[in-house]
Amino acid sequence: MPEQYTTVFGSLGQYEKGGVEVINDNPKHYAFSNMFEVASGAKPYEKVAVAKNLEYVLEVIRAEGTSEWRATPHDEFALVVDGSLEIELLDPTQPLVDQDASGSVGIDGEPAGSPMGRVQAGRGHMTLLPAGKAYRFHSDGVAVVLLQTIEGPDTVFRWADICQTV
Amino acid sequence: MTMTETAPNASGYKDFSVGGFTFSRDEYFVTVTWPTGSHQMDIVQWLRCVQRDVAWEFFYGIINFDEVIGTMNHYGNVDMFAGRFNEAYRRAEVDYNENFDHDELLGCFKAMLSDWTNEGYDPFAAPMETGSAYGTSQGDNDKAVTRKRVVAERMVSVPGDEPIRSDESGFPINRAFADVHQDEPVITAEPGYEDQVCSFSLYAYLSRSDVTWNPSVVSACKESLYCPTTEEFILPVIHGNDRVEWFVQLSDEIQWDVEDRDTGAKRARVVMKAGDVAAMPADIRHQGYAPKRSMLLVWENGSPRIPEMIANGEAPVRPVDF
Repeated sequence: MPEQYTTVFGSLGQYEKGGVEVINDNPKHYAFSNMFEVASGAKPYEKVAVAKNLEYVLEVIRAEGTSEWRATPHDEFALVVDGSLEIELLDPTQPLVDQDASGSVGIDGEPAGSPMGRVQAGRGHMTLLPAGKAYRFHSDGVAVVLLQTIEGPDTVFRWADICQTV
Repeated sequence: MTMTETAPNASGYKDFSVGGFTFSRDEYFVTVTWPTGSHQMDIVQWLRCVQRDVAWEFFYGIINFDEVIGTMNHYGNVDMFAGRFNEAYRRAEVDYNENFDHDELLGCFKAMLSDWTNEGYDPFAAPMETGSAYGTSQGDNDKAVTRKRVVAERMVSVPGDEPIRSDESGFPINRAFADVHQDEPVITAEPGYEDQVCSFSLYAYLSRSDVTWNPSVVSACKESLYCPTTEEFILPVIHGNDRVEWFVQLSDEIQWDVEDRDTGAKRARVVMKAGDVAAMPADIRHQGYAPKRSMLLVWENGSPRIPEMIANGEAPVRPVDF
């Protein structure tokens, strides 16, 4: 009989969460959460940390409608884990963020600069958000993004709300 | 201190020795000896462990081959031990530890892997995708055991960095990921920005992985490294952490046994399903079980400051406090 496999990816609409089965430990030590559950309870474009390693973080972003422009001082990487997302990139005329800063910063209004291009990304697609540039997201529906970045002024920490505690 | 090797034994395999350790294999087993004891392991388990230790250059922290034998990376030099993280061995004072120059132990393992891996057997492959490791010496599989580990400088697909995978480049879609969409993102770059507007399908890339349990770097935000890997069957090593490590389950399911790093006492089981995120604290060891090939994003902090922080007790044991 030929092998047939079904690969299971979660989504906002359908996910099943695992968990920590404690033998002799505290479940908080594993900071166990689920990206889709976090996105379900997030505001559009809120940057909720689901992982942290010293200054580095992974943020879950619920992409819905159009985001503000953001400028990043270092490379960031946006992985779409559900839905479809358009990413616009802009090369600003003037630096929008201190190059030694960490994490991206929001920009008021439309920054001056040269359009670099855009990416139409679907589930599983990973996009470079280059250092020193600006970007904004747009989703006609709701998409979920996992962002590889550094803790910044807009990173939201709510471990007690998103993680398994007992 | 230098590695030595003998002429082939009755099964056709060389014996190797480095420092106080000697290694010999027969048709089914490896036998390891050291000044205070000896140990045997199934040769399949041994080759799968040595293969990861070689490919990862001893990785982060401790690589336990089983409950007795393993290595501990000090980043420049490495310990090989027997019973060091086994309470019974330590209590009986028959545990043994020896420090080696990184290249010396790596050289011994590479020579062993080349000599002991038979034609048709691939230690990186899932059991259902490879031939047998057992029996007398028959040829080699150097092409498989010397695979280069992917380490992207910035991101896979960026011009000048690691390329995406395709049939043409020798990476067919794995049988367990035949249903994974292969569509790539639509990129529209303005003139002059073609090299900076970059995107690729990570899921399609992973669906074409030809190895299991082998985290490889696909993107780097300074020292923050995305090391996704495809997992099937059992993680051959029991990884003892020396720093906090994070897992993001991208597809399917993996169940992890988590034990105390130093004693092996059971601490937890962590069941991860698609979308789940979990940390592995810095004082545990873990081994994963994947019944169906799955995509796991291993997230590491590759900071060179961490070994010093570990030595000074400054690196956090737990990922976050709340």
